[in-house]
Amino acid sequence: MLDLKGYGPALFEGAIVTVELAFLSLALALFIGLIGATSKLSNNRVARGIATAYTTLIRGVPDLVMMLLFYYGGQVAVNNLSDFLWDKYEIDFFFQFNPFISGVVTIGLIFGAYMTETFRGAFLAVEKGQIEAAKAYGFSNWHTFRRIMFPQMLRHALPGLGNNWQVLLKTTALVSIIGLTDMVRVAEEAAKAERMPFHFFIPVAAMYLLLTAGSELFIKWLDKRANAGVVKGG
Amino acid sequence: MPEFITEWLNQNEIFTAMTMMEYWDGLVSTVQLVFLSLVIGLVLAIPLAIMRTSKNHFVSGPVWIFTYVFRGTPLLIQLYIIYYGIAQIPGIQDTFWWDIFKEPFYPALLAFVLNTAAYTTEIIRGAIVATPNGEIEAAKAYGMNWFMRMRRIILPSAARRAVQAYSNEVIFMLHSSAIASVVTIVDLTGAARNIYSRFYAPFDAFIAVALIYMALTFLLVFLFRKLENHLLRHQRPAGSS
Repeated sequence: MLDLKGYGPALFEGAIVTVELAFLSLALALFIGLIGATSKLSNNRVARGIATAYTTLIRGVPDLVMMLLFYYGGQVAVNNLSDFLWDKYEIDFFFQFNPFISGVVTIGLIFGAYMTETFRGAFLAVEKGQIEAAKAYGFSNWHTFRRIMFPQMLRHALPGLGNNWQVLLKTTALVSIIGLTDMVRVAEEAAKAERMPFHFFIPVAAMYLLLTAGSELFIKWLDKRANAGVVKGG
Repeated sequence: MPEFITEWLNQNEIFTAMTMMEYWDGLVSTVQLVFLSLVIGLVLAIPLAIMRTSKNHFVSGPVWIFTYVFRGTPLLIQLYIIYYGIAQIPGIQDTFWWDIFKEPFYPALLAFVLNTAAYTTEIIRGAIVATPNGEIEAAKAYGMNWFMRMRRIILPSAARRAVQAYSNEVIFMLHSSAIASVVTIVDLTGAARNIYSRFYAPFDAFIAVALIYMALTFLLVFLFRKLENHLLRHQRPAGSS
């Protein structure tokens, strides 16, 4: 059997941190993505401009650079704000940036941009007649969104969401670089201390493979369910 | 110019000629690393993709496992396994390979090549599978053998379908290459990290490098758009130049 030299529990805890990080970032990304997609499709020019600038910006910069900027920059910004508030108003405010929060915020922001594009495409794929029908029934804008657009959009968004989730899962490994004790970090420390890189990295790689393969199956199942009533042409 | 910008420029101690040179060296190693990985990865991916479409499971199976594993695990782990792992292979330190692989550049290059080869293989496979059957039948009717069919019909037509997905992979690779800085390579991100720790100025150091990456990304997007226009010229509506 695999002998993890006493690092087993630490690796397991690291795996849980990875999964938590992935799910929290996903939640943030979905939230940002919905807001982004609705602003991109809105008639408001300012909202459209901001959303376009956001997605272009995010897609031009590497994840790691973004993460380093938020982690190191975020702390400096908080320190400055803290000094400023104390000098001006004698308000005691301090906040320690930790790698976990920086990781969630960065990954959420990055994938929020990808989700924006996915949702935008999916909203456009909803038939116009559906919206017209809703209007004819006297649905309000919000009502149309909640009852007609959102449920139908989800079906079109699912394949894109699945892809984004797979990439997101693998991006969580980067947070170990800014010091989060996820499974990659634990494996790295163990590999260095025991001088056995294969021994610790291969189980972690297998764990990621398990997570991605498992989500692939789950997404396939969801897709089948979501498309249950659709007759495929051909 | 607004006052705060002039003020900032006047007391700027960070962006001197010295640090500019550091960014430049970082840019050179990023471009080298990404370019070499992409070229070698593409050269590997074409035969792998052809093997992956083979009906013989002993040919397509191993390629499937390779792409599945490399696409299902983070590049960072692949880099760590290769970077830390190569030194642990028994006896390697006595061979000439050690002279190559003790530099961090080559393990990183190997990891990037394998990773991009896996993704590119799947892109090309998708494009090959989508070849209209009529094209292949026509080629057969002309008496072309398998090799000629591949070279004259299937691959050129697959290249047209693959170029858009491949441009995404190229940009993805440029962005992924930032992790080379983790194994002590001074690429663009590595240079930014050095400058950050010297001046404790995260915004200046990282925003500058983000802008450089963005410029590179847009350059790539522009070049690929040109290439796409060139390759898909025949699909443009008649009359438009």
